[in-house]
Amino acid sequence: MAKYKMHLLVCGGTGCRASESEAIFQDLKTALLNRGLENEVQVITTGCFGFCEKGPIVKVMPDNTFYTQVTPADVNEIIEEHVIKGRKVNRLLYENPETAEKVEDSKHMGFYRKQLRIALRNCGFIDPENIDEYIGRDGYQALGKCLSELTPEQVIEIMKKSGLRGRGGGGFPAGLKWEITRQSKADQKYVVCNADEGDPGAFMDRSILEGDPHSVIEAMAICGYCIDATKGLVYIRAEYPLAIERLKIAINQAREYGLLGKDILGSGFDFDIELRYGAGAFVCGEETALIHSMEGLRGEPTMKPPFPSVSGYLSKPTNVNNVETFANVPVIINRGPEWFAAIGTEKSRGTKVFALAGKINNVGLIEVPMGITLRDVIFEIGGGIKDGKKFKAVQTGGPSGGCLTHRHLDTPIDYDNLISAGSMMGSGGMIVMDEDDCMVSIAKFYLDFTVEESCGKCSPCRIGNKRLIEILDKICQGKGTMEDLDNLRNLSQVIKDTSLCGLGQTSPNPVLSTMENFYEEYIAHVVDKKCPSGQCKALLQYTIDEENCVGCTACARNCPVNAISGERKGLHIIDQAVCIKCGACIEKCKFNAVFIK
Amino acid sequence: MASINIKLNQEKLGQLQAICKEFNNDKGELINVLHKAQHLFGYLPAEVQEVIAQELKTSAAHVYGVVTFYSFFTMTPKGEHPISICMGTACYVRGAEKVLDEFKRILNVKVGETTPDGKFSLSCLRCVGACGLAPVVMVGEKVFGRVSPDGVKDIIEEYK
Repeated sequence: MAKYKMHLLVCGGTGCRASESEAIFQDLKTALLNRGLENEVQVITTGCFGFCEKGPIVKVMPDNTFYTQVTPADVNEIIEEHVIKGRKVNRLLYENPETAEKVEDSKHMGFYRKQLRIALRNCGFIDPENIDEYIGRDGYQALGKCLSELTPEQVIEIMKKSGLRGRGGGGFPAGLKWEITRQSKADQKYVVCNADEGDPGAFMDRSILEGDPHSVIEAMAICGYCIDATKGLVYIRAEYPLAIERLKIAINQAREYGLLGKDILGSGFDFDIELRYGAGAFVCGEETALIHSMEGLRGEPTMKPPFPSVSGYLSKPTNVNNVETFANVPVIINRGPEWFAAIGTEKSRGTKVFALAGKINNVGLIEVPMGITLRDVIFEIGGGIKDGKKFKAVQTGGPSGGCLTHRHLDTPIDYDNLISAGSMMGSGGMIVMDEDDCMVSIAKFYLDFTVEESCGKCSPCRIGNKRLIEILDKICQGKGTMEDLDNLRNLSQVIKDTSLCGLGQTSPNPVLSTMENFYEEYIAHVVDKKCPSGQCKALLQYTIDEENCVGCTACARNCPVNAISGERKGLHIIDQAVCIKCGACIEKCKFNAVFIK
Repeated sequence: MASINIKLNQEKLGQLQAICKEFNNDKGELINVLHKAQHLFGYLPAEVQEVIAQELKTSAAHVYGVVTFYSFFTMTPKGEHPISICMGTACYVRGAEKVLDEFKRILNVKVGETTPDGKFSLSCLRCVGACGLAPVVMVGEKVFGRVSPDGVKDIIEEYK
């Protein structure tokens, strides 16, 4: 094997690939080849670095130099300056926005300083398409240890001691789930990995599968050993072609190495993994719905019990965990449950991956210890709000979660605290909103999603959410009444109490939490007929300022509905009854005379 | 089931039957079969569903039920350049709705429709996971990031 003195790591996550990282990779290879350096310097494509805001990323090892927003045009300079002459390319280094200083070592970037990467430990470090690189970082050591030194009971005991809870949203203790599935007697059992990440704005599972697929494969095999299953299934979104591709490559490599298949590592244990594709249905993240979908049926949930651990795929005991949960398993086995349990809070051990997005400076994927505050996440790691605007809310838990405000900024994040604050952990989406976002519209946006994704099986969810969105629409149109607000609250409660599955039981959360935390905005829409953030079109009024209007007639000439009248060189007036609020007048006015109120 | 009038030509019919066979004509594999069939035809018209039902020995109603349940499957042909606007939350709060409105205005189609010349179809999707580039638009396989309403015209021009 060639010994390289330097490694160039190019981010191959979906975000960076969308901004030409593949071309950068190819150009780096060619440039090295042209200079005869191909045996000195290695270029590899890795999984996501997490710092998507400043992608594409190129990292130089061993000195940890972190180049941001690299383009193919920068390739020659990186080679000539950094690789050959040893001088860092200053203009591509990350700049600390507060001090305007360039940060040379990524360890010192605010974005990474407070992070602790366990599930994402290999993302951005290894080539996900090369099993040797995974093995080089202790990969498959945990599986070997389980098969040769530990009984299934002992492994389950380790998992229970670690305190690892399901990272898909529910937070059910993983070790306990394994134990229940182990105790169910059957001739065939299944391990299922839920990779149907449907929560809009969350992309951690995809990043793990793209950046470190072997960690999930290894964990599934360990789980299979514990529960006596010989078959594993990954239920993955068809919208994730890159993750599917890398997972397939990884499964094949594991088979070649004898880490999947018959008699793994000579232990007599058989285990293999197949893929099943989702087809775009949010409800399939719910485990019973997911199982029906894998059986080729409509992905509708069924009543629990029986739980999948007792009767799941093809009515056999089935253990379902999500990608991030699995990614934690090998590390827990290798480093011990005590090490893992020492991280986080009392009831939520370990770390959680969040997808930080919205109106925030550092959009990206982060992994932090449980118990960190929202303030640290948003202002330290996230670098604060975009364009110097004011923080208004952060939405966690996706369509099932709620909006938290500045009052919650210092609450330690864990499963239970988020629920008592009226939101939930969910899969870990974290969308930051600023003063320009209308909370009534946000509640409507999430409900719109739920209504579209409701499977229609039970009436509270199918009909109730539809009614909720109609009321919200009425409010955004300026036709809401105080009675509507009462109805919103009551109906939400009924939907929560009576829906069949998790989707319906949590769907009113965005409404309830915005009503709880931003009631004054609802009042403004209903009583004053105003949208304080200026987002609800029907509640806006375009007016012409007497002082600034010079009577140039530009607005009147461009108004598509002739709503503006006025003499040349005289004040113009907008007829509110005719105005369709298209904004053409604002665009055409050169004197800043048209404004919205 | 012999009464069903199948309008597919022999070659395509053979390919479709081969897909079903690849999955052992197992109706538990219906979703995988539909994925491949949609890849072959571009969409899943009634005739295709009927053949699949016959091959997998299940009812056409069951196949139809599954096709209409999942948003990935479509019964109308997509345009030559399918345009998808990401309506994930991150894109939404960064102005995806305005971008969508601009596409609707310029192409003069609604979401889910195809332009009369068959060039473009417009749809919304939920999160491609490139939230750092929000708002995101996909044309075919290509991802466009940080799209503003003003940039919409240029994207369409590129494919005209």
